[in-house]
Formats: sequence, C-alpha cells, structure tokens
Amino acid sequence: MIQLDHVTYTYPQAKHPALSDISLEITESSLVAIVGPSGAGKSSLCALLAGFIPHHFHGILQGRALVHGQDIANTPLAELVTHVGYVFQNPFTQLSGAKLTTREEIAFGLENLGVPRLEMAERVDRVIELFSLRDIANRSPYEISGGEMQRVALASIFVMKPRVLVLDEPTAQLDPLGARQVFEAIRTLTNTQSVTVIIVEDKTEWIATFADRVITLHEGRVVLDGSPDAVLTSPLLAEIGIRVSHYTQAARAASRHRLWPSELALPTTLDKAIDGFKRARKKYENLG
Amino acid sequence: MKISVNDLHFAYPNGVEVLRELSFEISSGERVAIIGQNGAGKSTLVKHFNGLLKPSRGFVTIGDWDTQSHTVAQMAQRVGFLFQNPDEQIFKRRVFDEVAFGPSNLGLSPEEIERHVSAALSRVGLSDMREMHPYDLLPARRKLVALASVLAMETPILVLDEPTIGQDGRGLARLGALIDDLTQQGKTIITISHDMDFCAEHFERIMVMKQGRMLIDGATHDVFARFELLAEAFLEPPQMTRLGRALGLPETVTTVNEFLGAYAKTREPRH
Repeated sequence: MIQLDHVTYTYPQAKHPALSDISLEITESSLVAIVGPSGAGKSSLCALLAGFIPHHFHGILQGRALVHGQDIANTPLAELVTHVGYVFQNPFTQLSGAKLTTREEIAFGLENLGVPRLEMAERVDRVIELFSLRDIANRSPYEISGGEMQRVALASIFVMKPRVLVLDEPTAQLDPLGARQVFEAIRTLTNTQSVTVIIVEDKTEWIATFADRVITLHEGRVVLDGSPDAVLTSPLLAEIGIRVSHYTQAARAASRHRLWPSELALPTTLDKAIDGFKRARKKYENLG
Repeated sequence: MKISVNDLHFAYPNGVEVLRELSFEISSGERVAIIGQNGAGKSTLVKHFNGLLKPSRGFVTIGDWDTQSHTVAQMAQRVGFLFQNPDEQIFKRRVFDEVAFGPSNLGLSPEEIERHVSAALSRVGLSDMREMHPYDLLPARRKLVALASVLAMETPILVLDEPTIGQDGRGLARLGALIDDLTQQGKTIITISHDMDFCAEHFERIMVMKQGRMLIDGATHDVFARFELLAEAFLEPPQMTRLGRALGLPETVTTVNEFLGAYAKTREPRH
C-alpha cells in the first residue's frame, strides 16, 4: 500500500535532512502510529505521504516513495488527493466555512467534484452512519463539540474514498471523550473499510489500545518499528525524549525492586498493568 | 495575591450563558488545574482572571482590583496568560523582542528588561535562541517562547491554557520542573489541561467544570477519587488512580511515586 525506499528529504535552505534514509512498507487496513520527540520528522513524513512534499514544499527528495503503486514525486497532487486524505490537527482549519450544516460540510468535496446528487446523498449518509454523526447532521459545524468537529472533518475527507488517511495529531486539542470517539472512528475505518491510517499521536495509552504498529522517529530516522507493546516499553523512548505512560513508568520502577514479574513485558494499558501487579502480588504471597 | 470570584455569570451577546453561578477563591501560591470537556467553559472562566472578558453578573477581583474597573493592560501586571495556541500571541520577529515586549511596557530600564528576558529564556531552555525568528522554531519551541514572554512579566499569578499540547517527554519534564520551581517562589499557577496525569503530578487543587458550572472543586486526591462524578463530566482519573483502585490499594494514589509507595506497603511481610 505504502512503500518508502531509502527516502531522504531536505527542506529548501535547511542544513540537515528532515527525513533520513527511511525505508518502510505499510500494508493495507493497518493503523500505524508515528511517535517521536519534537523535530524528529513526524510532520514531514505526513507531508510526504500526502504529497505536500515535494509538490508544495520543494527541497531535495531522494529515494522512492510509492502510495497505492504510484510514485508520489511523479504524480500530480490533484491525483494524489484521490488516494490519500489528510486531516489537520485543528478541525477549524479543515472546515470550509461555507456550509450551514455538518451534512453539507461533509458533501462539500463531492459537490466540487460534480458527483451526481443521488450518489452524493448516498455517500454522505453512509459516512454519517459510520462516524455516528446522525444527531448533529443538521447542526452548524461551528456549534458542535471539538470531538464532533474533528469527526466531521474526518468524515468530510473520508467521503472522498481515499485508500490512505494521514492524521497529524488529530486529538491534541480534544477532551478524553472526544479523543476516544476519534480513535474509535479511525479503528472502524481500518477494520471495515480497508483503509490504511497513519497517525501522529503522543497519547501512548490510546496507541497501545488502538494501533497495530508503532514507528518511532528520531532525527529524521526510523529508530524503532514494531508492535505497540514492544515499541512503547522500550527504554529508548525516555532517552530520546518521548512521553512514557505512567503504567510503563510504574512497572519499570517496580521491576527494579522485584515488584513486577520478571517474565512479563512492561505494560502499556490499564488491563496489562492490573494483570502484572496482581501476578506479582500472588507470586510474593506464595513465597511468603 | 488572592483571586476572588463571586457569583460569576457570563453570557455572550447572543444570550447563550457560558458560565453560571461560579463562586470560589484561589489563595496566593496555590496550584490549581481546571479540567472538563471542550466547551465546559474553562477558557471562558480564565479569561475573566486577566479581564479579557468581564462578568455579565457578579464580580472577579485580583488582589484589591476589580477586573470590571481595570484595563487588560493593567491586569497584565498581575496575571500572566499563556494562550493555548502560541501563534495567537507571538508577533515579533526576534525571540528576544517577543519576550521583551511585556517588560518594556511596564516601563522598566533596559538593564532590568535584559535581566527579565534572560531569566525567562533560561527558564524555558531557549537562552541560545534569543536572536532567532520565532517562526523559524518548531511549534513546541514557539510555545516555550510564548511561555517565556509570560514569565518575563514576573506576575504573581500565571494562567497556562493547555501548556502540555505538543510538548514531548523532555518538554513535559521541563514544564513540570518549571511549575514546581515557580511554586517555590510563591507564584499562583492556574492551568487548563486534558492531561490528567500531568495535573496529578503538579497541581494540588482540581476544579471540574461541566456546562458552565463547577461540578467539583477540591484537593487533587479527593477529586480524583470520585470516579462516578468525573464520569459525569466525561473524564477519567489519572492512570495511577485507576490502577490503584483496581488493585484495591487502601488509599487514593495519583502519581507514579505514590502508587509505588502504596503498592509496596501492601506487600510488606506479614508477621
């Protein structure tokens, strides 16, 4: 689905590359989280996948980047956007500002493409169901909550039927419930609609719950790539300045005092933390 | 310097009431985190602390100043304000000028301005970036420039609206240390945050808002112990509080260290 082959990219006038020798493959229907300290190249990677690099930001792009079999550098942006949808951090940025209801907002892109009315109505209704937006379909996109607004932004992109969705910190400004709604909507897309999602996110508890794979960037390079459990509990994370969840921190400290079962991986979620600490307690009681 | 909020109501001109019946005090040196859903009224409330918004009913006083009878410029001497989005407050072309803007409006001498700016930049770790253009910096760093410009005012009260957004592990640690350090100096720190773990680590009092009203206002441990009430505001307690509860720890814990202490205690050898 996505194939990067020794990709290096340097912004115009920059001294160092933002992306350095990145090679990776991302398969269809997967939900891949990108983590990294600030300045690691997360947003640049998103901009490349969406084609903003090299079509909008020029600079020097080396290596080969394919999305859905097409070379990003040689495919016009107008065609790339039919394969790859990009959702901004702030849903305000995404909304057209020209529509009175969320239903019309979601239809805006299709209208511009001249999609026949009947087909448009069907497609819009379908994403409204998919993202649980029926209750707010007739309300103004500016009079709904942040979580709802971000789901409307997501729906307005998804209705265009992209095969790949790129989301750069879509939940940063949302409250916990709004963030959960967005993650659940994204998971539904990958599970039922064969969509591939690349998401930049720093909330490790959410990544551990929802993502299939985590790629860690540091100074433009991929330094870790694997399952959420393996990547999010790596000691490298704290070293390079990535947030580590309190579950992982507590278990790591506990394991130093033999208060965590040595055979168990460090936890990334509440359930795994409960399980490990319960086991540690049982083991101790058996010894006593 | 005390903040007093008395029967505060606020409605926008279209009549929509955003804040209702808020009354509380924040004493000098307190660390208060305001939590709640998007749209609960958190930002609207804190904009009353520096007079950006004026009450529709009731009043807000900062020390002996009623916000109703003081300008935003006057209030800026008492309340520093970090916006959620740094790009809403950054407007100069050099980091130094951005941070010096506030102090120079206080009528300080060039030497004093230099002292304020240097101290503020060193606190946020940007001392070597004073000659840079703020927009040549990464967004996370731009937020620190905005924070430095607030610190440089050396106000007794600081309001930080979502300071952790966009900060990585290192930025978060620096921010936490800075808040602890400012508290040592007796500053009052008020934050709005969706990051419960961050609130638990650095704030002693939590206010939970829902639909413009105060749902709970109390000590961090007491507030985070109330799972049902938090759920009513669509919030979850910090990770360690949930873990401690699930493991049946006798006390409410909110931070990693508290959890480890309480967990180790339950495992002390029985005699």
